Amino acid sequence: MIQIASNCVGCGKCVSTCPFGALSLVNRKAVANASCTMCGACVSVCPVKALSLPASGAAKKDLSAYKGVWAFIEISDDGQKQFVRPVGFELLSKGRELADQLGEELCAVVIGDNIQPYFAELSSYGADKIYAVESPAYHDYNTAAYANAMVTLIKKYNPSVVLYPSTYIGRDLSPRISSELFVGLTADCTGLSIQDGLLIQTRPAFGGNIMADIKCPDYRPQMSTVRPNVFKKVVTRPGAMAQVVNEPIAVPVEAGKVRIVSKHMDPIACGEKLDEAEVVLAGGRGMKDKAGFDMLESLACELGGAVGASRAAIDLGLKPKEKQIGQSGVTVAAKLYVACGISGAVQHIVGMEHSDTIIAVNKDANAPIFNVCKYGFVGDARQILPKVIDGVKKAKN
Amino acid sequence: MNIIVCIKQVPDSTQVKVDPKTGTLIRAGVPSILNPYDHYALEKALAIKAKTGAKVTVLSMGPAQAVAVLRLALALGADEGVLLSDRAFAGSDTWATSYALATAVKKIGQFDMILCGQMAIDGDTAQTGPGIAYHLGIPQITFCESVDSDGTRAVVKKLIEGGHQIMEADLPVLITMTMPVDYAPKYPSFMAAHKAQDKQTYTWTAADIGADLHKLGLEGSPTRVSRIFPPAARQKGEMFSGSAEEMAAKFIEILKKESFIK
Repeated sequence: MIQIASNCVGCGKCVSTCPFGALSLVNRKAVANASCTMCGACVSVCPVKALSLPASGAAKKDLSAYKGVWAFIEISDDGQKQFVRPVGFELLSKGRELADQLGEELCAVVIGDNIQPYFAELSSYGADKIYAVESPAYHDYNTAAYANAMVTLIKKYNPSVVLYPSTYIGRDLSPRISSELFVGLTADCTGLSIQDGLLIQTRPAFGGNIMADIKCPDYRPQMSTVRPNVFKKVVTRPGAMAQVVNEPIAVPVEAGKVRIVSKHMDPIACGEKLDEAEVVLAGGRGMKDKAGFDMLESLACELGGAVGASRAAIDLGLKPKEKQIGQSGVTVAAKLYVACGISGAVQHIVGMEHSDTIIAVNKDANAPIFNVCKYGFVGDARQILPKVIDGVKKAKN
Repeated sequence: MNIIVCIKQVPDSTQVKVDPKTGTLIRAGVPSILNPYDHYALEKALAIKAKTGAKVTVLSMGPAQAVAVLRLALALGADEGVLLSDRAFAGSDTWATSYALATAVKKIGQFDMILCGQMAIDGDTAQTGPGIAYHLGIPQITFCESVDSDGTRAVVKKLIEGGHQIMEADLPVLITMTMPVDYAPKYPSFMAAHKAQDKQTYTWTAADIGADLHKLGLEGSPTRVSRIFPPAARQKGEMFSGSAEEMAAKFIEILKKESFIK
C-alpha cells in the first residue's frame, strides 16, 4: 500500500482526498488500511511530501526517440456512403496544439478503402503528414487487421502521443494496441495538455465529483481516447496539403476468425441524433418517470431537438443507454441545452459543458448544475415544463 | 464446451453519495454488487450452458470479500469460481489487470469462450476485456447485446455507431457484453443459494498463477495519477425562482431572447 514517511504532520488532507476511504489519522499520523489501491491520489495533496508510491523497479528506457503526435482517423460507412467520422477532425485540432507545444509533427493515420478523397480535408485540420493504409481488405473495421496495422506503424515510426476516438471502434482497437505495446491508455479524456514534455490526460475519476490528471512518464507512446464533441474542430491550415505516406500492410490471417454476417443501421427517429443535435433536452432523476420524459419529448418536438438523460435516469430505465449524456455516454455540444431534474455530477457536466446556452431546472437551489448554466430555475421541472410547452406552442402560432 | 466469465465486485453506484466538501465518494456503508454488465454476461453464459451443457467458470480479481460475487454467480448456476487475491495485484491499472486475469485463464486451461461485461461501472474504461483477449492471443468482439453458441462458433449482435452488426467468430473468442435498456438482473432463490454452497471456489495468489511480478501492480501499470482536483469553479448563472407560471413565462422569454423561438 501507499508509503507514509515519518515526517507526516497529521494534517489529514490525504484522508479527505482518498477516493477509497483507505486513510485515517491514528495518533496524528496518517495510516493506510487494506482498502488502499495505490491509486496515488493522495500523493500530490500532501503538503510535506510524506506520501509516496513504492518506487517502480522498471528500468528507465530512453524515450527520446519517440516523436510526433498521431490521431487515428475513423472512416465510417452508414450503409449509404463512406465518410470521416467528425471526431477525427476534433482529434487533429487538439493534436495540432499538442504538437506545436512539443515542437513535433502531427500525423493522421487513415486505414480503409478509397481514402484519398479525405486527405485534403484532413490536411486543413493541421496534419503535417498522413499515413495511409489503403486496401479493399480494410473497408470494414476488423480488430485484428486494424490493430496489426497500427502496431506496425507505431513500431516503425515511434510516435510520442497517439489519440483515438472513444467510439465503438476506437474503444475496441486502442486497448488491443496498448496491451501489445505495454503502454498506458487513458479512456475518455476531457482535457489534454503538455507539461514538461509529458502528455497530461485529464478525466473525471473514481466515479466521484473529482478530476484526475493522469500521465505515463516511463512508456511510449502515451495513448488516450477522446469522446466525440469534447474538443472543438478548428481549420488551422486552409488549403494546405499534408505529405502522404502510403504504407501497404497485409491483413493478417487471424482477421478471418471474426466475420460480419450482416449490418443494420437504425432508422433516425423524429428527433435528431443526440450527438449532432443543436437543441438537447436532458432529464435526470428529478423527472421521476415516463410521464416526465414525455414532457421533454414534447418540448423537443416543439423546439426541434433531441432528448437525452443523465446516468441516474438511465439507471432507472427511463431512457436507453445510448441516450446517456456524460462521461460514460454521449458528449454533446448543443446551441441550447436544457437540463431538467439533473443535479449535475461531474460525469454529466463533462458531457454537456461545451454547449452554448445552458438552462437548468432543479428543485435544489444548491445543485451543482446551476454552476455551469447561463439561466437557472429553482423549481420542479414537472410543474414548469407543461407550461413552457404551452407557451412555446402559442409563441409559434 | 467451457465458458469463463470475468466478473467484478463494484460499489452500487445508485447508492453512492458524494462528500459535498471534498467531492470524493463516501464509500462507507455502500453495498457492493456484481457489476451489472458482468451480471448480464453471466446470464448469457448460463443460457448457453442450458442449451449445450457447457461448464461455466467465473473469474474475479479483488480483495477477499469479492468472493461474495463468486458465490452469487455459483448460486445463479455457474459451476466453479476463482478469485485472484494478493497484495501484489494492488495498484494495477487496466494493463496489469488484464495480464493477471489472462494468466489465470491460462491456469484454468480449458476455454472456448470468455465473456466479460463491456466495462465496470466504477471505472468505465472498457479496456480490460480486449486486454485479456490480447494476452491470450485470441480474437475479441466488443459491445455485444446478445451472444449464442452451438459449441463450434459464436454468433453475436454487436453495437456499432448508429446501428448493429450480426457477427460470427471461430472459438475460442472473447466477447464483451453491453446490456439491453430494460435489463433487470436475476437473483437466485434462497434454495438455489443454499444448494450452491457445495460448489467450489478457489483463491489464487500471483505465485499460484505463475505471474511475472514485473507485470503486476504498480510496476505493470504504465499510467500514474499525477494530481486530483475538484472541477473548476464557474460563474453561477442568472437564477430564477417563484411560481411555476412565473418561471415558465421567464423560460419562454429566454427562448425568445436567445432566438430559439420567434
